[in-house]
Amino acid sequence: MILVLWIISLATFFIFVKLPPGDPARRLAGKGASPETLAIVRHNVGLDRPIWVQYSRFAKGLVPFPGWFLNEQVYYSWSNRVAVKDEIIRRFPYTAVLTIGATILWLAIGIPIGILSAVKRRSVADRSAMVFALVGVSMPTFWLGLLLIFVFYYQLGWAPPTGINIGANWWDSIWQGKYILAWITLAVTSAAFYTRVVRSNMLETMSEDYIRTARAKGLSERTVTYKHGLRASLTPVVTMVGLDFATLLGGAVITEQVFSIPGLGVYALNSLYLTDFPAVMGVTIVAAVFIVVANLLVDIVYAFLDPRVRLT
Amino acid sequence: MPEPLLEVKDLHVHFPTDDGLVKAVDGISYSIQPGETLGIVGESGSGKSVSSLTVMGLVTRKQADISGDVVFEGQELLDLPADEMRKIRGAKISMIFQDPMTSLHPYYRVGDQIAEAILQHRDVSKKEAFAQAVEMLDRVRIAQPKDRARQYPHEFSGGMRQRAMIAMALSLNPDLLIADEPTTALDVTVQAQILELIGTLKHEFNAAVIIITHDLGVVAEHCDNIAVMYAGKIAEYGRTDDIYYRPHHPYTWGLLQSIPRLGEVTERLTPIPGLPPSLIHVPSGCAFNPRCAYAFDRCRKDVPELLPIDGHHASACHLSLADKDRILQEEVLVDR
Repeated sequence: MILVLWIISLATFFIFVKLPPGDPARRLAGKGASPETLAIVRHNVGLDRPIWVQYSRFAKGLVPFPGWFLNEQVYYSWSNRVAVKDEIIRRFPYTAVLTIGATILWLAIGIPIGILSAVKRRSVADRSAMVFALVGVSMPTFWLGLLLIFVFYYQLGWAPPTGINIGANWWDSIWQGKYILAWITLAVTSAAFYTRVVRSNMLETMSEDYIRTARAKGLSERTVTYKHGLRASLTPVVTMVGLDFATLLGGAVITEQVFSIPGLGVYALNSLYLTDFPAVMGVTIVAAVFIVVANLLVDIVYAFLDPRVRLT
Repeated sequence: MPEPLLEVKDLHVHFPTDDGLVKAVDGISYSIQPGETLGIVGESGSGKSVSSLTVMGLVTRKQADISGDVVFEGQELLDLPADEMRKIRGAKISMIFQDPMTSLHPYYRVGDQIAEAILQHRDVSKKEAFAQAVEMLDRVRIAQPKDRARQYPHEFSGGMRQRAMIAMALSLNPDLLIADEPTTALDVTVQAQILELIGTLKHEFNAAVIIITHDLGVVAEHCDNIAVMYAGKIAEYGRTDDIYYRPHHPYTWGLLQSIPRLGEVTERLTPIPGLPPSLIHVPSGCAFNPRCAYAFDRCRKDVPELLPIDGHHASACHLSLADKDRILQEEVLVDR
């Protein structure tokens, strides 16, 4: 785990700091800065030091030790001097609300449709579910987002205008309905994907020998399907949910951008435009931590759900 | 003759597929008396499993074209509504399957899986059902049944899982137990134990048993009657002794000759030449004729009927009795 994080930090460092052309110090100092100012600025952000010193300055901020993690001496924005940690904490709730809502939505859509279409295999319902799955998976997120805004805000006026100001109370934003279209946009692709996964898991499970055993016991088809079948079909889905959820927590870049939600994804994107390296590094690492932690949690939960994985 | 426990009359089970009609079971009849053991023997794809799954109501008219009669305790099962059939399945007729490794649900405790069957058919509390499950595990000779009941299937060995399956199948004291290749997936040493167990428990529970197998050796000791199936039909039917010592069908001869014998110097086992036929394009006439060394013209034209030889014993073959006796004496039994 720690190895993974370390490799990610190293990769981020080289890809975003050392590879891009252009001098961050020059950008930081502003247009027309004198060479002296430039030198001072360069010294202040440590860009005049050897590479490994630069990296270790950033690396120190990755150690989860009080006062070290994303320490403000290094992790502050080169464009507006706001501490990266504060910015992440400020923006995280928007991403979290977006992600949690979307996850609930896609599970609420994907799982029941998947089950239904497996149970009623080859029926009209199944066929339409598969069409939905195909369309849903194929639709680009930004296009769907813009389409929804166009139809529901611009044409019908049912949805409020998009855009949430940073600092806005996220609870209020939910009630104003500002998240609804974003949730749908983010959920559709995953819902479609989950529909297919649940359906195929379910179909596979229902042809297992132990399902035949369950039937041979004289259990009702309902018990066979929803107890024996579902238990085995949904367990692998837990892994997927955990990882997908964590990935989005690190910033749903496109959806946030389309709906002007000031979450982590937008922050990362803007920082990239500004070659604001500490911010990029900070967001990347936080996102990586989410995924690594989710991986661990998924493994633990899985052990509870599948007795075969349990350690003896 | 007392009323049979189960009577299967002219059962056909045909599966429509994209490639054509699969005649998995094509007109079989047999009956079984209470407490009796019937062995159904045949190669893979001879329809032996499908016929018993149909008796269990696990192959239904939804999946296949079924005709004929399955009469159990005087009741026609094929026309029974699903709900009624469910009350019989698992309680009066129960079944154990070929592969115990995959036949138990991996996510539930073994005891709970047995208890589930009991709960389904009896009005008892969960606790009582679990206690009965533990008792059943004890009766199938599983040591420390209390602890074992709380374990998951992956903590059981193959033989123990099959014991657990037997415990589940017998937990409701069924009148008929169908064992579909109960020992095929097990080690040879365990096979004998499992068969022995089925034999003993059959008496304890006073149940009739159908053992389905491809191995004539398996059924020899335990069966009263044997039906040899080939390509969805019964080729020969008779008491175990008839099948072993007076077999009257070339296919049965082939099966017997392909069993290795201990303490005998045989240069080579005699396999049956060729492969079992496709059940879509069954050879005309006798389905066995392309593989039969004694086939003559009539075998390629007319489907032989299952005709009685004496009393219980019947075979479906065009060879005359005299010819069969001669071949039996001169060629089949000489090895013994």
